Amino acid sequence: MTINLVLFGIAKDIVGTSRSLLEVEDGMLINEFKQKLVAEYPKMKDLTSISFAVGTEYVEDDYQLRHNEEVVIIPPVSGG
Amino acid sequence: MVEITDKPIKIDEVIKSVTSENAGAIDVFIGTVRNKTKGKTVVKLDFEAYEPMAITEMQKIVNTAKQKWSIEKIAVVHRVGLLEIGDVPVVIAVSTPHRKDSFDACQFVIDTLKETVPIWKKEIFEDGEVWVSAHP
Repeated sequence: MTINLVLFGIAKDIVGTSRSLLEVEDGMLINEFKQKLVAEYPKMKDLTSISFAVGTEYVEDDYQLRHNEEVVIIPPVSGG
Repeated sequence: MVEITDKPIKIDEVIKSVTSENAGAIDVFIGTVRNKTKGKTVVKLDFEAYEPMAITEMQKIVNTAKQKWSIEKIAVVHRVGLLEIGDVPVVIAVSTPHRKDSFDACQFVIDTLKETVPIWKKEIFEDGEVWVSAHP
């Protein structure tokens, strides 16, 4: 299945793009996707935290991804 | 009023938006860009937001605050883009019948915003740049 990856902040710098269309295994969980991401981009491991959102809502590690979903990597936030 | 803007925040308008005849107090938090981080001179800050989600998360904070304290109105406005020293990236205003609630709620809003709202700032130094809080 395909997901639309959206990246901000340092995650965008590490991957080198703000948007990417990715082919992943059907039914992949967020924590599995996170492992795949860290394996591909080892610099992600050095971050204080990595959270994920689907659309505009944070999702937990056990969230199951669906085809065509927009998955947003949320590196440590620093607003204010 | 819950907004993300790429223009200078009009502080007086944010305050005006929370005025209420039932309020005995308005507490205002104004975040400003500081010229140093850990002794290093900061030249500029670059703020980036995932806007639709930032608005959703800020609205959630406002709703939680309204459940915790007796609040008339709350305004939260965050700026994005390149900011210079002394510029204002965030303004929060809270009006309440009694002053203690306005102090407490305003502090809650800014503290929670810094933890949950998808906004990122990059500090730009004379000799490089760094995403704030990215690394332990």
